[in-house]
Amino acid sequence: MAQLLEVFNSGVPITWYLLLSAVLFALGVAGFVMRRNIITVFMCIELMLNAVNLSFVAFANQHRQVSGHIFTFFVMVVAAAEAAVGLAIILTVFKNRETLNIDEIDSLKN
Amino acid sequence: MDHLFFFLFGFIAVVCAINVVLQKHPISSALSLIGVMGSIAVLYLQLGAPFIAMAQIIVYAGAVMVLFIFVIMLLNAGSEEQRGRSWTAQLLGIPALLAFLGLVAYYLQRWFSDAGVVKFDNFQGGTAQAVGYALFTDYLLPFEVTSVLILVAILGAIVLARKELD
Repeated sequence: MAQLLEVFNSGVPITWYLLLSAVLFALGVAGFVMRRNIITVFMCIELMLNAVNLSFVAFANQHRQVSGHIFTFFVMVVAAAEAAVGLAIILTVFKNRETLNIDEIDSLKN
Repeated sequence: MDHLFFFLFGFIAVVCAINVVLQKHPISSALSLIGVMGSIAVLYLQLGAPFIAMAQIIVYAGAVMVLFIFVIMLLNAGSEEQRGRSWTAQLLGIPALLAFLGLVAYYLQRWFSDAGVVKFDNFQGGTAQAVGYALFTDYLLPFEVTSVLILVAILGAIVLARKELD
């Protein structure tokens, strides 16, 4: 009982954060491969970026440096720009082809 | 207390992420993704990154997801139709995912076993002041380049999404 209380009072190991980040990233990859809706595929990319951000911040905590936070900040900025351009591309594709299914958007094939 | 926070919000994040992948309708996926981002923001607070946590809420859960939901509503996206997958993918997908995660967990334990622990307030260097100081001294050039990137992205989005003039 005392041992359990000691574990409970000591902090959470960094590895658990990294493992959570890996789980979220794997789920993002799975969704990216499985889903057929182009908007959902795009959301899975955002999920992967979030997972990587979590591991950046965990490493910043481990090394007691603020650089990891800066990297996370830049990833956020680039993700926002990427979302704006990507959604504009999705709008244009839908305007031209009337579909959101990525199996039917294959004009670059062959 | 730290464990309680980590398990509660880690669990919410994983459940919402699974929901993102499994939901049929894009709007349900988007709402689940907001749940993932909110719980990750709480974990950022625990890791001593209040500025990044607030930026996560404002930029991701606020701006980016509003953009997503706006596009979903604009395109009137319905639920996607189910399509037959190859049986090898069905058979191997989940075991391959679990094997990958097991391998990652094994190597994380081996390489980072002495990486230390996370507690509330054991790292004070992530305040808005510290992040701003680093951003405007050591990382000034990338910061300015980022503003150019955003300008290019805005112009690109406008050019791509505008109505063609006849």
